[in-house]
Amino acid sequence: MSLYMHMLAIDIWFILEKVVLIASIIGLSFFVAMYTTFAERKVAAWLQDRRGPNRAGPFGIFQPLADGGKLFFKEEIIPMTSNRFLFILGPALAMITALITSTVIPWGASYVDGTTQIALQVADVDMGILIVFGIVSVGVYGIMIGGWSSNNKFSLLAAIRGASQMVSYELPMGLSLIAVLLMTGSLKMSEIVSHQIQHGWHILYQPLGFIIFFVCALAECNRTPFDLPEAETELNFGYHQEYSSMKLGFYLFAEYINMFISSAVMATLFFGGYDIPFVDESAWGLSPLLFSLMSFSVLMAKVLFFLFVFIWIRWTIPRFRYDQLMNLGWEKLIPLSLVNMLITAALTLWLNK
Amino acid sequence: MNVIGMETSRLTDRAKAVDRRPMTFLESLYLWSIVKGMATTLKHLFRKKATIEYPEEKRPFAPVFRGLHVLNRDAEGRENCTACGLCAVACPAEAITMEAAERLPSEAHLYREEKYAAKYEINMLRCIFCGLCEEACPKDAIYLSQTFAPANYGRKGFIYKKEELLIPHPIHQQEEYEKALGDRKPAAKS
Repeated sequence: MSLYMHMLAIDIWFILEKVVLIASIIGLSFFVAMYTTFAERKVAAWLQDRRGPNRAGPFGIFQPLADGGKLFFKEEIIPMTSNRFLFILGPALAMITALITSTVIPWGASYVDGTTQIALQVADVDMGILIVFGIVSVGVYGIMIGGWSSNNKFSLLAAIRGASQMVSYELPMGLSLIAVLLMTGSLKMSEIVSHQIQHGWHILYQPLGFIIFFVCALAECNRTPFDLPEAETELNFGYHQEYSSMKLGFYLFAEYINMFISSAVMATLFFGGYDIPFVDESAWGLSPLLFSLMSFSVLMAKVLFFLFVFIWIRWTIPRFRYDQLMNLGWEKLIPLSLVNMLITAALTLWLNK
Repeated sequence: MNVIGMETSRLTDRAKAVDRRPMTFLESLYLWSIVKGMATTLKHLFRKKATIEYPEEKRPFAPVFRGLHVLNRDAEGRENCTACGLCAVACPAEAITMEAAERLPSEAHLYREEKYAAKYEINMLRCIFCGLCEEACPKDAIYLSQTFAPANYGRKGFIYKKEELLIPHPIHQQEEYEKALGDRKPAAKS
């Protein structure tokens, strides 16, 4: 009995720590996604020699609040011919899967003060990166269910497009990831980062792998040039055509959260996570709190850079045609990532002989 | 019709031959072209913006700009218009209609001459803002200002009555009068 009590006593603090961590990460995801929508409009404007939204508050920084408020107060329409349950499940699923992926990402160096140690990571599980991939695959259902339950030809077409695109691009993404895992020898996200801190960033050893991963990340997030599921000009609005009000907002928001998380995953896998290059920041003797905060902000800087690149690409490159998309995925990226994987495997074997 | 071999005269010397060579390896990778395109868009990020902050900052009109019509008054505030109808005759769009009336002795301070326009309407939807009415007027009674006709909810709102066209009274509403005059002050007529 006392043993149980003992375990319970520990668990309360542990659970509290994790709950605070989860709440702050979800809050962070929402905040970043909110301001990514604003950044998207601003950067789009700047790239087109315009000024962008600047009326709501100083420099327009309250624009995302105005956008969100607009979506909240819109009339909520559920088509009569739709499957009500699935129609509501679709955006919920898209949102949930977008948020769950943030669990295994190490958001910063652990806070170590004497005996207390707080990892800035919700779950440092052994299968780490596989969880991200598993949940990203579930994300297909958000699009699929939403498009299908709308009972609309265009939505269904878009959903099929989206599903086949996401399934196709998961393969080269996973294959390019295997090359990284071969070098690290672990699936744990924290170990992937610490390996990079010791041996240099993976982008130096895996430039091809990174490019493949990045292209696939664009496709997985349904971002231009692979935004076929929501091609306005071809499919009216894609899988969320029948959606209105905040259910539409959930879909749009989930896309931005996906962007944020995939930026974080790319920064963690290829750009050393929370590591500062060329210097050994752990030898600076900073206070533990400051050290954790600094490592977190370093990761965030990398993530923000990737978010900018995502937006930059969207406003530069036109959409791929559907057959081009499939050709690129199956005939170019998969063979390339296989070759990349084999070369990495051979080199790893040869060097570790 | 056989088009091939037909001699066509070139309209400009800017025509460029289409390059139909097969893509080189670098081009077939797309990546290089994408990087070039992204460099182009990045350059635009630092360019001067084409838009201006409209309500705070307004683009100046050209000095010859012809906008909304104004019916003029003289220095004592009497209406210049004598309803001669020359503007309506000159108008190519037939946008102007008017009704003349005889001035009563008690109205001498309102109208400059014995005849005046009891009704004066310009349909801004018909008007092409050519300025011929201004040229036709022998009394300097109408001129085109430097403002637009603002948006309206119905067609009726675009038919401007005399009250809307008349310039404010130069003595009773001096401030508004100066503002309405703008920098297109017509030469004072004795």
